Amino acid sequence: MSQVRVLVGTRKGAFVLTSDGRRDRWDVSGPHFGGWEIYHVKASPADPDRLYASQSSGWFGQVIQRSSDGGKTWEAVGNKFVYDGVTGTHQWYDGTPHPWEFARVWHLEPSPADPDTVYAGVEDAALFRSTDGGQTWQELPGLRTHPSGSSWQPGAGGMCLHTILLDPSHPGRIFIAISAAGVFRTDDAGLTWRPANRGLKSDGIPDPAAEVGHCVHRIAMHRSRPGVLFMQKHWDVMRSDDAGESWREVSGNLPTDFGFPIDVHAHEPETIYVVPIKSDSEHYPPDGKLRVYRSRTGGNEWQALTSGLPQRDCYVNVLRDAMAVDSLDPGGVYFGTTGGQVYASADGGDHWAPIVQHLPAVVSVEAQTLP
Amino acid sequence: MIRVVLPAHLRTLARVDGEVKLHVEGLPTPRAVLDALEAGYPMLRGTIRDQVSHQRRAFVRFFACGQDLSHEPPDTPLPAAVATGAEPFLVVGAMAGG
Repeated sequence: MSQVRVLVGTRKGAFVLTSDGRRDRWDVSGPHFGGWEIYHVKASPADPDRLYASQSSGWFGQVIQRSSDGGKTWEAVGNKFVYDGVTGTHQWYDGTPHPWEFARVWHLEPSPADPDTVYAGVEDAALFRSTDGGQTWQELPGLRTHPSGSSWQPGAGGMCLHTILLDPSHPGRIFIAISAAGVFRTDDAGLTWRPANRGLKSDGIPDPAAEVGHCVHRIAMHRSRPGVLFMQKHWDVMRSDDAGESWREVSGNLPTDFGFPIDVHAHEPETIYVVPIKSDSEHYPPDGKLRVYRSRTGGNEWQALTSGLPQRDCYVNVLRDAMAVDSLDPGGVYFGTTGGQVYASADGGDHWAPIVQHLPAVVSVEAQTLP
Repeated sequence: MIRVVLPAHLRTLARVDGEVKLHVEGLPTPRAVLDALEAGYPMLRGTIRDQVSHQRRAFVRFFACGQDLSHEPPDTPLPAAVATGAEPFLVVGAMAGG
């Protein structure tokens, strides 16, 4: 029978949650790296037992951990992230030039083909790659040195490269997203990049339709249709049907179009999920009701999913990397909250139940479907 | 033999219990001790000082013999009691963050 492994990063350690394909009884392993912030844990599609974890601390900096047995044991690998060449400056919060400074790895994206190749999105925003299982890291500097780079400004959480999408059908095409610069695309494996933000409108910046400067919170794609992208922006849920050349708003009937995560059902490329949050100054759900919204039409028409989720007095947030889907049938959906709950739905979002309820604040959630 | 006491999180990372004992060639200094520590425990690279500049991380302190040595130049000789192993060299995670 198939199994599911859910990889959870929290403010105080990593947890590995496992279940059989029914997804109603779960084993909880952890905390791994207790006391450290775990921004992300993700498995290699090419070797499901190869996991990578980003472990960081305000005291002791960045550590990268690697597992070769599905998270039972771990070893620290390379953590030397050095920007390539002249570092340059970006804009600081007050508008002054500020040197690029490495702070942490927000997101790890293993290659679909090679377990030893993995990309790292870091703060201050840059893209690194390892081809030796995380032992050494090299920057792909064409992104950071894009002519717009000196104008990039951090979002409230820092100037982080938080999303990496590897296009499975176009070798060399990668989409990344940076808060608060926006989406960039390369078609030559990271040598050159161009902004992919046409159609975005952000009232909080001087030119609402600027080429860069948008606070993109998350982008997602379905592997079978990589030209279609979905975006949760600071405000607005957006969609692109031309691989990021242009975007249109699909917020439709959402109660609020602010939020962080967005994800796509594993078998239904037009079924997408968001978690509406009241506003950028009130990082909790509207009306104290935790509701996932699902669109089966690729946006615009949204349905509230509430069964099994708290519908009163709930004031948690769901962070940008804290939602995932499995590829069982029916497809599963998972998300974690800043209140330490990880919720699972084994039926595409119709019904939810907590797997765990009292973890540290959840930063990231990934789901693996295992044979 | 130099005795080094690590903070709990770094002991876990390095998979050591208690003190770390290091052999340091020549006159022991903070730089020489950290060089030897990182050579023996490569997973600690970057957690105490920057891997390129060797600047001490902001929330890490170095104590020995009741003194804060954090702001001494890294090539300053350590106290004789540390050099003989009578007293440990302490790497301390600063109390911060509430």
